[in-house]
Amino acid sequence: MPELPEGLIAVVKQDCPTCRLIVPVLGELRAAGAPLTIFTQDDPAFPPGLSPVDDSALGASWSLAIETVPTLLRVEQHRVTSRTEGWQREAWERVSGVGGLGAGLPAHRPGCGSRTLEPAVRDVLATRAVEAGETPLRARPIALGELEDPIETAFARGWSDGLPVVPPTPARVLRMLEGTTRAPAEVVAVVPPDYAACTVEKVAINAVMAGCLPEYLPVVIAAVEAACTDAFNIHGVLATTYFVGPMVIVNGPVARAIGMNSGVNVLGQGTRANATIGRALQLVIRNVGGGRPGEVDRATFGHPGKYTFCFAEDEAGSPWEPLSVERGLAPGTSAVTLFAAEGPRAIVDQRSRTVESLAASYAACLRTVPHPKLVGGCDVVLAVSPEHGRLLREAEWSKAHLREELVRRLMLPGAEVVQGAGGIAEGMPETFRAGTWPKFAPENLLVVHAGGSAGLFSAIIPGWIGRGGSQPVTREVKP
Amino acid sequence: MTERVLLDPTGERAPVRRGRAARPSSLDGKVIGLLDISKPRGDIFLGRLAEVLETRGHRVVRFRKPTYTKPAPPEVRRAVREGCDVIVEGLAD
Repeated sequence: MPELPEGLIAVVKQDCPTCRLIVPVLGELRAAGAPLTIFTQDDPAFPPGLSPVDDSALGASWSLAIETVPTLLRVEQHRVTSRTEGWQREAWERVSGVGGLGAGLPAHRPGCGSRTLEPAVRDVLATRAVEAGETPLRARPIALGELEDPIETAFARGWSDGLPVVPPTPARVLRMLEGTTRAPAEVVAVVPPDYAACTVEKVAINAVMAGCLPEYLPVVIAAVEAACTDAFNIHGVLATTYFVGPMVIVNGPVARAIGMNSGVNVLGQGTRANATIGRALQLVIRNVGGGRPGEVDRATFGHPGKYTFCFAEDEAGSPWEPLSVERGLAPGTSAVTLFAAEGPRAIVDQRSRTVESLAASYAACLRTVPHPKLVGGCDVVLAVSPEHGRLLREAEWSKAHLREELVRRLMLPGAEVVQGAGGIAEGMPETFRAGTWPKFAPENLLVVHAGGSAGLFSAIIPGWIGRGGSQPVTREVKP
Repeated sequence: MTERVLLDPTGERAPVRRGRAARPSSLDGKVIGLLDISKPRGDIFLGRLAEVLETRGHRVVRFRKPTYTKPAPPEVRRAVREGCDVIVEGLAD
C-alpha cells in the first residue's frame, strides 16, 4: 500500500463477532471527531453507516501485517506508532486518545483471525507481494505456464535429488523464513563447487523443497555453514570418487524441540526433521553450489545417505557428555557436527558381558575400516546403542578410556599390513614392515550414543579415507 | 495454494528461460526422424518429406504415435531418442 492514512485505522471483518460488537465504539470515535479510517476485509458495507473502505483484496491488511481483527492502529507521519488487537477498552482508549468508549460492552473480548492469515489467501497475497517486489525476497521469481506441474518443473530444471520436491512458492518461503531471526539477505556461506554466495533466503528455498518445517531452518543454516568451512571441505567431499557425503549429528535442546529422532531406527526413515534437514543441506549443495552427480560429484558408488543423513544424539540416556560438549561447546548449547560419512555398518555383539570383551569386538570390526590392511587412514563415528552403552556405563568407562582401549587393541604388526602380506596386494608401503602401527589415533574416533533401547548392536559410520581431506566440524545452532 | 510462481533455488547462474537443444549446423550424416502423431493426412505430408530428404541422400526413420490425443507412450519416446539425431513432427491437419 503506497500511502497510509494519518490518524486512526481500524481493520475489521463482518464475519467476526467482536468486530460486530464494537461497531458502536467505531461510531463513538467518529462522533468524537477522531480521524478514523475503517478497512473492512469481507463485506464492503460493514460496518453500516460508517463509510468503510473496501479491503476485500486485503492490500491494506497485508501491508499493515494485520493478524487479528479488530485491530486499531495510530499512524503518525506515515508510521504506525501504536496498535491494539481485539477489544480491550483501556487499550482502545490509549491508542485513540478518546475516553469512555463502549459503555455497556464487556471490558475485553478477543478478536478473530485476520483474513490475510487464511492459508489460501495468504499464499495469493505472498505471491502478489513477491511479484510486486514488496517483500525482502530477492530470489528470481520463475513464472510457470498454466499447464505446468510445479513438481515436474523442479525435476525438469534439475533442482531435485531424484525425489519429488515441495514447490518453493513465495508463501512457503516466507513462512520458512519465520523460523530464523536472521535477515533473508544475510550470506550464510559461499558454496562450492560454483562458489556461489548462499543467503538465508536461498537456504530457506531449498529447505522448503526438502520438506522442512520453519523451526528446522536454524539447524539447516548451521549445517550449511559447517559444510562450507575449509576444515570440512565439502568441495572435496563432493568431488571424491569415494563413498562419502555430509552427515549431520544434532546435539542440544533444539533436537528435542523440533522432534528429532535419536532412538528406534535412528539412522533410518520416518522422522521428518531427520529426513528433511539432511536433504536440505544436500539440495543447497546441489542447487546453490552446483554440485551434481556426474559433474563435480564423481563418487564411484555414493550411498543412500547422500539423499539425507542426519540424526540426533541420545543425550538423556547417554553414559557420556554429548559429542558437541566433548568438541568444545557449553552444555545445553544446540549444535550440529558435520562428518564426511560412508554408509553405516553393523557391529553385532550379543555375547559380551564385560567391557573388555565388548571393546575387543568393536576393535575387530573397526579393523576392517576401510580395509583390514590400511592404517591411519580415516575418521570413524562409533554409534553406541543403549544396550551396549549400559555395559560401558556400569564399568564406568569414559569415552577417552574407550578410545584408548580401541587404539591399543588396534596396534597392527607391520608384517600383517604391508602390501603383499596375506596374499593381498593392497596394504601399507614396505617401510611399514618393521614395528607396529596404530590403526587409529584417539582423535579419529568420534563416539556418540544413539539407537533403540533393544538390540545388542552398535554402528560404525566410517569417514573419508585419506585423512586431512575433511575434518569433522561442530557449529552452534543460532536462532 | 497457488503454485504459479516459484522462487529460484539455484545460484542463478543460468538464465530463467531454458534454451532449446542445440541445433546441428548441418544435416550431413544425421539420421532424420519423422514423427506422425496420427492426425489425418499427417502421413501424406511426412511421406512427401521423406521422399524429398531421401532424394537428397539423407537417412530417414519413421515413427508414429498411436493417437494425437495423448502424449507419446514411453516406447515411442525411447525409440525416437535412440533412433534418430533430429526429428520433424507433423503437428496439425
